[in-house]
Amino acid sequence: MATVRVQEAPFDLAQETAALAAGRADAGAVASFLGICRADDGLAAMVLEHYPAMTERALARIAAEAEARWPLTGCTVIHRVGRILPGEPIVLVLTASAHRAAALESCAFLIDWLKTKAPFWKCEEFADGARRWVAARAEDEAAAARWVAAAADAPARRRREPERTTG
Amino acid sequence: MRVLYFAWLRQKVGLAEEEAAPPPEVRDVAGLMRWLAARSPGHAAAFADPRQVRAAVNQEFASPDTPVAPDDEVAFFPPVTGG
Repeated sequence: MATVRVQEAPFDLAQETAALAAGRADAGAVASFLGICRADDGLAAMVLEHYPAMTERALARIAAEAEARWPLTGCTVIHRVGRILPGEPIVLVLTASAHRAAALESCAFLIDWLKTKAPFWKCEEFADGARRWVAARAEDEAAAARWVAAAADAPARRRREPERTTG
Repeated sequence: MRVLYFAWLRQKVGLAEEEAAPPPEVRDVAGLMRWLAARSPGHAAAFADPRQVRAAVNQEFASPDTPVAPDDEVAFFPPVTGG
């Protein structure tokens, strides 16, 4: 069962990684994706809006899809909302598995799907007070779509990696 | 019917949510968008380009032909930009 959280407060990568691995000896690999607010074009802050009644359910569904496709021993998805400053973390995806391929692939899958299938909207705030809603990117749709094509290979992927003692 | 607006749709409509009672001939998301667009200049601006509008019915992503009913919660928003 994945851990899914939507919160205003910052999170700590090391603390979340430790929590994912705590009490388990079956994970040989943990992969992480940490999304950080960039200071593009004089950005002063990013304001993340979401659809509260829908967001955690959408994230849980995406995490369940990853757990169905890869043999994960743990999965954490944390997405911040509210006002986020350049350099601060926005989103964290952690995946743990016996072996590295499942951890790395499922982590990439989760962030690709999260970008196109979870109800968040970014509004950029600039130093001069101007505000601009971020437009969706075709590249993000394409990145998410490749996992639909990959779904047909999923059973093979689960069997592919040979037995090893570490990730 | 409870109708919610997010991001620039909320700003253009001027409301985060409202109650709506569309007539029976409004059967799906596309029909609801056309009916809502006639409510005010703000609604008209929000729905001016339907290709830029996405929807959810009862907190599930929906398409233009997804049915809508009086007890539904219907949300309208731009394509998502999280992550």
